[in-house]
Formats: sequence, structure tokens, C-alpha cells
Amino acid sequence: MEKNTPSENWPLWEVFIRTRQGLDHKHAGSLHAADAQMAMENARDVYTRRNEGISIWVVESIHIHASAPDEAGSFFDPANDKVYRYPTFYNLPDELKNI
Amino acid sequence: MLPAEKIFEDKIAREVRIEPKDWMPEDYRKLLIRQMSQHAHSEIVGMLPEGNWITRAPSLRRKATLIAKVQDEAGHGLYLYSATETLGITREETIDQLHSGKAKYSSIFNYPTLTWADIGAIGWLVDGAAIMNQVPLCRASFGPYARAMVRICKEESFHQRQGFEILLTLSRGSEAQKHMCQDAINRWWWPSVMMFGPPDDASPNNQKSMQWKIKRFSNDELRQKFIDVCADQVRVLDMKLPDDKMKWNEETQHYEFGEINWTEFWSVVNGNGPCNKERLDARKKAHADGTWVREAAAAYADKKNHSSHIQ
Ligand SMILES: [Fe+2]
Ligand SMILES: [Fe+2]
Repeated sequence: MEKNTPSENWPLWEVFIRTRQGLDHKHAGSLHAADAQMAMENARDVYTRRNEGISIWVVESIHIHASAPDEAGSFFDPANDKVYRYPTFYNLPDELKNI
Repeated sequence: MLPAEKIFEDKIAREVRIEPKDWMPEDYRKLLIRQMSQHAHSEIVGMLPEGNWITRAPSLRRKATLIAKVQDEAGHGLYLYSATETLGITREETIDQLHSGKAKYSSIFNYPTLTWADIGAIGWLVDGAAIMNQVPLCRASFGPYARAMVRICKEESFHQRQGFEILLTLSRGSEAQKHMCQDAINRWWWPSVMMFGPPDDASPNNQKSMQWKIKRFSNDELRQKFIDVCADQVRVLDMKLPDDKMKWNEETQHYEFGEINWTEFWSVVNGNGPCNKERLDARKKAHADGTWVREAAAAYADKKNHSSHIQ
């Protein structure tokens, strides 16, 4: 086994918390931990001390791929010219109800 | 101005948060790393003066409260270290900077906690000053910092209330307890007032920080707000703030206050406070003593990884 310094050994984890049944998991923050179990327990101690969660996901930060902010313009461009994706785009008479 | 810089300045002007991967001026990054890591270190070192009284808290209720408070401070340190790391500095680098003395932490924690009443005074005044500082930081222009501050501020208010409750109990107790209460206020008042940092005209980073909307109020503005609030609150305790010159000014609608001893402030910042060495030594010792735990956990994780690959 190669000997690493402890700093290199404890990867960074991103923490996602579901605050209530029925809601999505939401990013809460990050922490360092040696493995998933430790990440989970530390996440509980750090991010849910006041019942802020009923479920936790942890994922190593290196597994997250993010879109590039400086390419956001062109990356999200396809959605810019499609007003017909919104209900208000369609002209319908006022007397039409329940639609 | 570079196009990237223009975009950055424009976001600042429009109150759009800056996120870690966005382009930012090097000075903005540096200023944030300095302020945020210093803030993180303060949360961590801040556990020491209070930790001193956990084993001697006067009741189980007080003890449970104090443990919960100190644990919160550890959490605050972690939120802030994590947020700082998004700026491209590693956790180890920030911690090394604390241990080498390159990075500072709030000077207030270089004062000793001599009696139980100090725990009350810290909650009321030190956490009170911290809250005054931190609430506007929830709107800081750097996203991860602002989000960490929102979380922290939610947790802080119990810290101040439990402190005030300790002092209130003492203030209604025996003569000796009243005396203890006043003595703690006397010792913690001025260092708390100094927590807002040097006066605006002697604080070069203040202006930059405000311009980039990291800070929203200047040191002196926040200090005045704090003094105004405390001058009223101390009456509930039937105690006095140790400042003969303090008086209400009808015209400005603020309290006037006496001269702040900036010589003392700088002397403590520069390492000559009553507990500077003790605090730093305690931090370094805790880190060194924890080495085997970090190594063992890493070795265990490594072993598990290996065996799962073989299967
Ligand atoms: Fe805190
Ligand atoms: Fe606190």
C-alpha cells in the first residue's frame, strides 16, 4: 500500500439533504471524509443538528461534472428562442374556460 | 477593462452572486480567502475559551447547552472552511496558515475565561458582536460565503440568548454572583467593541470589501449599532457597561462612547494578548494528536477500496 499524506487521503464530499418527505434532496455543503460512511456520519453531525433532514446523500466531489460558467451563454442558448414552450404563447378567446 | 472583468463588475452591480467557477479578479479571490479563512479560524479557536468551562458548568442544563453551542461553532468552522476551499485553496493550506501564524483569527479569543460569568458575557457580547457582523454577510457577493453565513446566522441566535440568560440569572442572584456578572461584563466589553476591527480610516481592506459587496457596512457603522443595542440591553441586567463617557446623543440618535484602546488591540493582534500562545499551542497539539486518527481512517478506507476492487 502506498503511503499517502493524510491530507491526500481524505477526499471532499458534497452533501445533499432531503429536509422533508416529499421534497428533493438539495445541496447543503461539503466536507472531507475518509469514506462514504464517515462522510454520512459527519454530514449528519454537521448539517442536521436541528432536524434539518430525513435523508442524506453524499457523493465524492470529483464525480460531479459541472457546466462551464463562461460557456453558459451558448450552452443554454437553445432554450432562448422557444417562447412556444410557455402556455401564454397561445392566443385563445376569453370565453374559453378551464384550460 | 477585460471583458471578463466587465462581466464580473456588472454582476456585482446587479447584485448577482459570484460563484466559485466564475471569473473573478485575483484581489477579490485573495481578499475572500483572507476574510473567510480568518472567519473559519475564529470559529474553531473560539471553541477553546468556552470549552474551558464545559466540565464545570453549574448544572446539567447549562452543560448540555454549552456543549451544543461549542459543537455549533465547530460546524460554523467547517461550513466556512468548505466555502473557502471553493476558492482554490486546500484545507491543509488554510490550517497550516493558522498554525504558522500567517493567518489571524479574531483577537477576542485571546482573552481568558476566568469565571462562569464569562461564559454568559461571551454569549451575550461576543456572539452578539459576531451576529451584528454576520447578518449583513448573508448578502455577501460570493455565493458560498453568503450561503454559509445564512446557515450560521440561523444557529447563532440561541448562542446569544443562552449567554444573556446566564448573566440574567447571575444578576438576580447573591451579591457575589452580581459582582461576578459585572466583573465579566467589565472585562469583555472593550474587547467585544474591538471585534469590529480597526476604525474605518485605518482599515485599508474595508473599502475594497465594501466596493465588492463582500461587506455591506463599515467597521465603525457596525460598532455603533452594537453599542446602541448593548447600551439598552444592559439595563435589563441592571448592570453597567464600563464606559464613563457613554451617553445618549439626542441629535445623532446614537450613544456616544469613550476612547477605544487601539494600542491594546494591535498588541493582541500581533500576538501579545493574554492567551495567544496558549490558544495556538492548543490548536497545534489537537492537530498533531489527531494525526494517527486521520491516518488510520485513511488506511481503512484504502483497504476497503482495495478489497472491493479484487472481488
Ligand atoms: Fe459561530
Ligand atoms: Fe456562536
